[in-house]
Amino acid sequence: MTEVAVLAWRQYRLERRLFWRNPSAAFFNFLLPLLFLAFFGAAFHSDHKELRIIVPGIAAMSVMSTTFTALAYNMTFLREQGVLKRIRGTPMPGISYLLGIAGNAVTNTAMQIVIITVAGKVFFGTGWPREWVELVVFVIVGVVCFASLGVAFSHVIPNFDSAPAYVNAVFFPVVALSGVFFDTAHAPGFMKGIAQALPLYHLIAGLSGAMVRGTSLSSNVSALGVIAAWAVLGIVFAVRGFSWDQRRA
Amino acid sequence: MSEPAIDVHGLHKAYGDFEAVRGIDFEVRRGEVFGLLGPNGAGKTTTVEILEGYRARTAGEVSVLGFDPGRRPREFRARIGIVLQSTGLYRHIRVREALSHFGSMYPHPRDVDEVIALTGLEGKEDAMARTLSGGQRRRLDLALALIGDPELVFLDEPTTGFDPAARRTAWDTIRSLRDLGKTVLLTTHYLDEAQAIADRVAIIKDGRIAVEGAPSELGASSGAPRYRVAYRNGTGTDVEQETDDPTTLLHELTGAALARGERLEGLTVTRPTLEDVYLELTAGQAEEARAPIGEEPPLAGHRRERQG
Repeated sequence: MTEVAVLAWRQYRLERRLFWRNPSAAFFNFLLPLLFLAFFGAAFHSDHKELRIIVPGIAAMSVMSTTFTALAYNMTFLREQGVLKRIRGTPMPGISYLLGIAGNAVTNTAMQIVIITVAGKVFFGTGWPREWVELVVFVIVGVVCFASLGVAFSHVIPNFDSAPAYVNAVFFPVVALSGVFFDTAHAPGFMKGIAQALPLYHLIAGLSGAMVRGTSLSSNVSALGVIAAWAVLGIVFAVRGFSWDQRRA
Repeated sequence: MSEPAIDVHGLHKAYGDFEAVRGIDFEVRRGEVFGLLGPNGAGKTTTVEILEGYRARTAGEVSVLGFDPGRRPREFRARIGIVLQSTGLYRHIRVREALSHFGSMYPHPRDVDEVIALTGLEGKEDAMARTLSGGQRRRLDLALALIGDPELVFLDEPTTGFDPAARRTAWDTIRSLRDLGKTVLLTTHYLDEAQAIADRVAIIKDGRIAVEGAPSELGASSGAPRYRVAYRNGTGTDVEQETDDPTTLLHELTGAALARGERLEGLTVTRPTLEDVYLELTAGQAEEARAPIGEEPPLAGHRRERQG
């Protein structure tokens, strides 16, 4: 067991080093949420109500982009390049490898959440998060959910060339529907219905409660339940559909 | 005699309706370099991937270092090294970094510098994988397969795309593996490669083994005459004769030539090469051996490649 952990840790450290060596990926990972924040911050700088929606919305979107999007791309790439196949030919336990890769994604999530939290306090006057425990719990459950959904989704993507189309076809509608940029209270009923079935909507609700509204964790339990249900679904499909080899078609 | 490194009996593999491997038996002894030859789509890669633990077999018995590769236990993976046909690596990893990282996965890794020297990667230690040339990347593949100090090394077309000089260097490396007591299972398209480095070869045709033996002895088992005598006669015409008894034939030819006061210009006696045997055995087979999806695409006709 300790060996599994040691190998996972080594894989994680390698992934971190490689992450920083790819400047364009690192750039997008950190600058994109900041750009969004700056843009909306400028647009709504006098509208405190809008900022209270935008900040947790962008935090939730960051959770999704650093885990779901990043892992769907990465796993497709590693599979297509034959890296997964090569790893499978070594004595490294598969779980160590996956933990190392997922840990890498989660580190990016944590850094973005910190950046957004600090930016919210310093530039947008949303203050420090009201409920730290709630914030951490929602980020953790959100990360598990979107990371497993990202790995599961990579099984659907036939090759790396088509990965952007597949990922964006999910990412943008989900981001738009779930109310990253607006208050879903004003959305038409059918949109709201769809959004409420999706995990991002509930992650935004939870983060909003933790970061700006100061509602307690217990009042957001149902939101946590929906995200956890998606997480279970994601884990099942991530494991069942796992393929180390490029799809033979 | 010790237990063979690889023992295969009645191996079958079907992809849906297509039978890629149709009953293969062979044995690889410890410490030898064994070559699997055959046209594209004959079942080489399928066979090797079953032995490496990548693919499940449909039927048959397989033992690799005493393990069942289908169960791929960790100890088994720790004792083999694999060079895949098409390979991938992180683009931004450095050579030395990759070797020490992969080495850390094994219980008894070899020294990184030793492996770098063995595979001729000196001077490239700090280069990123994406900046390496094709040949250098292939050497890194070999280095990564050797870093765990495996007993058995699988090499799936290790020199495809190499220039002649690089191939010779790779052959020396593979020979040095044998000198280290390693067992090597090699698949290749290049017959001169098999002839140069394999102790024994098997030619796979239509998912079966057509012939097996030392490269130099395969001619004997193919049914063709064993020697070919060629020369230019007194009138300047090239003559070629085949015989199982070159001593008698040469005696007659040289005797007659001397009596006429002629010289037999360009007199040679050759045995059939591996290539002759291969081409004879695999003639007309390219059409039947349709590769399953994802296998190497079948080539029409034969590759007759002689390099170096």
